[in-house]
Amino acid sequence: MSVLNPPRSAPARSAGRPPGPRANFSAWANRHRKWLFAAPAMIFVGVLIVFPLAWTLFLSLTDSQGSVRAASEFIGLQNYITVLSDVDRFWPAVGRTMSFTGVALACEVVLGMCIALLLWRPFRGEKWVRVAILLPLVATPVAVGMMWRLIFDPNIGFANQLLGLIGIPAQPWLSGQDTALGTTIFMDVWQWTPMVVLILLAGLTSLSEEPDEAARMDGANAFQRFFYITLPLMLPTVIVAILLRGIDALKTFDILYATKGKGGGSFHEVETLNVYAYGLSFDYNQYGLSSAVLILFFMIIIGTMWLLTMRKKAANK
Amino acid sequence: MKRRSIMQYAAVAAALSLGLTACGGASGSSDAKASGTVRVTLANHVWTEGIKAAIPEFEKSSGLKVELTQLGEDQLSDQYNVKLNAGSDEIDVMMYRPLQEGKAFAKNGYLADLTSKVSADASWDWKDYQEGPVKATTADGKVVGVPIITEREVLYYRKDLLQAAGLEVPKTMEELEAAAKAIKAATPDTAGFVARTGKSAAVTQFSSFLYSFGGDFTDASGKSAINSDAAKKAYEYYGGLIKNYGPANVSTDMSWPEAMAIFTQGKAAFYTEADSLYKNATDPAKSKVSDTVGFAALPAGPAGSKPYNIPSWGLAVNQASSNQDNAWKFIQWATSKERTLAAQKAGVPGPRSSVWADPAGTSTYPKDLAEAISASAKNGVGHDRPEVITVGKAREIVGGPIVSSITGADVPAAADAANDDFQKFLDTEKK
Repeated sequence: MSVLNPPRSAPARSAGRPPGPRANFSAWANRHRKWLFAAPAMIFVGVLIVFPLAWTLFLSLTDSQGSVRAASEFIGLQNYITVLSDVDRFWPAVGRTMSFTGVALACEVVLGMCIALLLWRPFRGEKWVRVAILLPLVATPVAVGMMWRLIFDPNIGFANQLLGLIGIPAQPWLSGQDTALGTTIFMDVWQWTPMVVLILLAGLTSLSEEPDEAARMDGANAFQRFFYITLPLMLPTVIVAILLRGIDALKTFDILYATKGKGGGSFHEVETLNVYAYGLSFDYNQYGLSSAVLILFFMIIIGTMWLLTMRKKAANK
Repeated sequence: MKRRSIMQYAAVAAALSLGLTACGGASGSSDAKASGTVRVTLANHVWTEGIKAAIPEFEKSSGLKVELTQLGEDQLSDQYNVKLNAGSDEIDVMMYRPLQEGKAFAKNGYLADLTSKVSADASWDWKDYQEGPVKATTADGKVVGVPIITEREVLYYRKDLLQAAGLEVPKTMEELEAAAKAIKAATPDTAGFVARTGKSAAVTQFSSFLYSFGGDFTDASGKSAINSDAAKKAYEYYGGLIKNYGPANVSTDMSWPEAMAIFTQGKAAFYTEADSLYKNATDPAKSKVSDTVGFAALPAGPAGSKPYNIPSWGLAVNQASSNQDNAWKFIQWATSKERTLAAQKAGVPGPRSSVWADPAGTSTYPKDLAEAISASAKNGVGHDRPEVITVGKAREIVGGPIVSSITGADVPAAADAANDDFQKFLDTEKK
């Protein structure tokens, strides 16, 4: 089958002369125009999304390891059973992925809302403040990871030297088993709060002023106006911010890899599902197992997205 | 009709992408498509810097063009995983780590058989290569790579601190510990000892301690031996040195750049590391202690001084390359006696016996380092990590007790647990 096949029945437009190939094609294209215009997008989706996903799903059902071209056997759901019963690496990684996303997201939305409210009304030097706030957003996550890694170095890092100046003993930051995840969450918050600010600010500026003014006339204070008027009106925007940032936070990889390396540190202290799957593929060459982790991870993301979208629909009503 | 069209388009898309993959995989090893351009992938390394500068010479004499890709160690490894896995012929010559990836690559058939090529040219002289390195680049009796850099673990120390404390250069592990203790006590802000601490990163440097205490990763029958008495003592000793006399707030993620930074910032008295990294400590641009660094052979443990002596990097030809003869020409030139001598003079310990025998080969080395290298080459062990296919996973397992020891956990229990895991791992690899 070919896209350029002549049409099965060419329309007889001019009697006597058979239609040329150009007319043939144009008639065919006219009849199939909706497919023709959609074709690039469909090929794109097919090659870059459907095929890799299907291939990953296929790999997850085999015992592929070492090389993806080496002979592998179909083993059904064995990889999924192995992964789901792995309490040493998989479940802690799920826990870390969830706590990383949850805590980072909560901090980003609360902080983002506070900053957006501060920037809402025009003030002097507004432009400069906005540029300064957006700076972390334009940095490459790997570079951000490397920078904070230097700052948080336990012996020669800037953070501990600063603490020393005010008499606080050096902290382990990234090197501590209990503190590493918190420190990476801090980096994520530092880098991505600006994005939340941008979204929320856009939402705030499009709000109508009238309800707020009416409440003010009725004598409502700032907190009452925020919690009873602004926040409910902003809810759909807040959920959009949570949705976008949440998916991104779930699949964070670069900051974690740049600061703690393969395996998320010696105790896997920052090993999220992404870092775990990467290690399984690139360090252990266990493609079947890694694919199973990725498929499960994909399902978690789809599930979360679905839940949030439902929430957004409810908020819009 | 509508539904069928969607299916048809999807089928085309899938067939297209499958086709692309197949094209990548179908390239054979014949020289039918030999090209005048040799595509070389190298790691960021002192050796690479030297060879890069000399490439115009090769291009002039051979008439070939070299297309160079240079990557960091981890990126290089990931590139190979992706490209070689897909059967890509985009790489002709590849710089690889024989002990890390050699077995896996050879098993997967990524490396071309060079056996007939290495013995064809008597003047290039394959017999000149040291035995250990040759063994590491040979798989199932076939030569699959040519070693370019060798490494041994040596002791880096600070002459000034030792002199101030009135101490001799330690010759045994006991003396090393006593000296580290004395210096840490005398100068609290300076660590007595520093070394790699990352679970996986530390394994290679810990290996020399393991051998010197009389242990190894596996026993003669190939069974896991990391909970032997010798191994437990070695774990306790290595981790104990760092825990008791190491830098304050020591992290358990240090590989050589971090550990080297502590030493070259003047914050540690002793440091055990690969000799091939010595320039980082002696170069005034990189090191605050460049003029006070001394080198010595690894102190002797109960089983003597047994550092590893290994080829850390080699050159190989991609089996899927259609330009294998020209790829070999590049390797032959890059590993010639002249080039090896030039590289060795620039600070890269090479694998050729003739270059080591030549006084010019060691003329640029600090005298004490040259002596330490020659002593280590004599009693060195040919591996610095478990000799398995999935080295990454094995390193994580055998490295566990090192970290336990550094953090003050129960070392014998950690070694026993790691031993069970390692044995299970070895069993699955044999299947």
